[in-house]
Amino acid sequence: MSEETKLQTDNLDLYYNKFKALNHISVHIPANRITAVIGPSGCGKSTFLRAFNRMNELIPDVRVEGQVLLDGQDVFALDEVELRRRVGMVFQRPNPFPKSIYDNVAYGPRAHGIHNHQMLDAIVERSLRSAAIWDEVKDELGKSALRLSGGQQQRLCIARALAVEPEVILMDEPASALDPSATLRIEELMQQLKAEYTILIVTHNMQQAARASDYTAFFMMDDNRAGTLVEFGPTRQIFTNPRDHRTEDYISGRFG
Amino acid sequence: MTTVIHTVGQTRNTSGQVKSCSTSLAHVTSSQYLRDKSNLKSRKLTQQSAFALMWLAGSVAVAVLVAIVGYVVWLGAKVITPDFILQPPRGGMAGDGGISYTLLTTFYLVVLTVGIATPLGVAAATYLVEYAGAIRKHRRLWSRLIGIARLGVETLAGVPSIIFGLFGYALFVSALHFGFSLLSATLAGACLILPVIIRTTEEALRAVPNSYREGGLALGATKWQTIWGIVLPTAAPGIITSIVLSVGRVLGETAVFYVTLGGSYRMPTSIMSSGRTLALHVFYLATETHAFDKAMGTAAILVLAIILINLVINLLARRLNRMMKG
Repeated sequence: MSEETKLQTDNLDLYYNKFKALNHISVHIPANRITAVIGPSGCGKSTFLRAFNRMNELIPDVRVEGQVLLDGQDVFALDEVELRRRVGMVFQRPNPFPKSIYDNVAYGPRAHGIHNHQMLDAIVERSLRSAAIWDEVKDELGKSALRLSGGQQQRLCIARALAVEPEVILMDEPASALDPSATLRIEELMQQLKAEYTILIVTHNMQQAARASDYTAFFMMDDNRAGTLVEFGPTRQIFTNPRDHRTEDYISGRFG
Repeated sequence: MTTVIHTVGQTRNTSGQVKSCSTSLAHVTSSQYLRDKSNLKSRKLTQQSAFALMWLAGSVAVAVLVAIVGYVVWLGAKVITPDFILQPPRGGMAGDGGISYTLLTTFYLVVLTVGIATPLGVAAATYLVEYAGAIRKHRRLWSRLIGIARLGVETLAGVPSIIFGLFGYALFVSALHFGFSLLSATLAGACLILPVIIRTTEEALRAVPNSYREGGLALGATKWQTIWGIVLPTAAPGIITSIVLSVGRVLGETAVFYVTLGGSYRMPTSIMSSGRTLALHVFYLATETHAFDKAMGTAAILVLAIILINLVINLLARRLNRMMKG
């Protein structure tokens, strides 16, 4: 691949206590592209995603072997607070805080020490614009974020992630709780965002992977129920001319 | 032994018969059962009787409450005058005077106990929910200690209050020479309400969706920033509930303060002053004086104060909730 690598794993193994959840994952995620992670339920897609911002560590008794690199740097050598600023995350269910729209977006910058009002105002506006939700909420920034619709909440969560100026955005099935039109808006937004950010998205929806991503990683469970990477490549190739017959079976809907 | 079942209705019998039915029912298919409407009426009737019973139980509870409060207020209202509230008690067999110093002592005691126990209790609950849960299983000793702490809190919540009183008497009044004083009573009272605050706060914290915590951490906030800025504010209405419960507990408590606060009806001038709370005053008036009407008057004030505090704080919690959820 000639593309510049943003994220990389080398022989990544991950254990929940004694259960091996990821088995020898080695992959290069290109910068400023959208990479989709697809595969059947329980094959470790989310676990893989969370390896990059070390969110797996929130679960007791998780052990990681192998390397996870951000710009060639070992993420375990970075402070997790700084790592998570650089690698933002959007969750499956929109999870705005029970605060105002403004305070939701300003939460990250404030946590990182920005308290200047003008600076915060500028960050909030810029982030909400980038997440294509500014026009809908600009007159009611003081309104509780919980009163927004699901699709708006998810775009607010994207704005919240953008506010700390990350380089990578991890998306864990960001549209699975949304209706089709809200899903489409998120996908359009991803296309706008990839100019500045590297996007890694887990999705259950193969059409979504096919239409919205540049690269696709196909995961499956191996015989020991550990997640393995079956195939990685440009999305067009994965969907039209997969090298592995399991990939073909999966995308043609024979299982999963 | 085996009874032949002709209608579906007969399956609603004792369990022994139902069991024996199942063998002889092979010729009745389950879809015949499901389509049969003959038991619909009895099912509806069961539901209606259940509702009626629950309604009755609810009415009894409300009626008892209204009866008690009504009785106390009715009898007490005769003595409640501005003078009764503003005059200090003067003691004696006739129970002369009002309740002003008693009110003041009660106020001090509530503020001090809740003021000490709330930060301690909230911090303990936060530790138990937010930090202790993340401790790895292989740290056996540590997780065992936390288990003991948790058990301790649960046990303390069920310990009779006189035990707290005796403990307070032995430690604060005698051993530490604080005497019968606001200080002794405050410390013993704080011990009494600590488990209440810890348990209620724990529940409030557990009710905070994990997605809020993940959301905060994923933005690069530290764990403490997430707890302080997101988790605790979200749990605030529940924490306020725990404070209301403890205020009620302190207002209503007699045993603990009987053996730590003494019974002086004088003006509390310092933290070392002895005194009596409203509840204690009721007790003293009723047992040591002839002024039963004043005991009732004091009791009425006490009950009204509890109702008022509940209303005010509930209103506050609701407003807080609305601020967050919009």
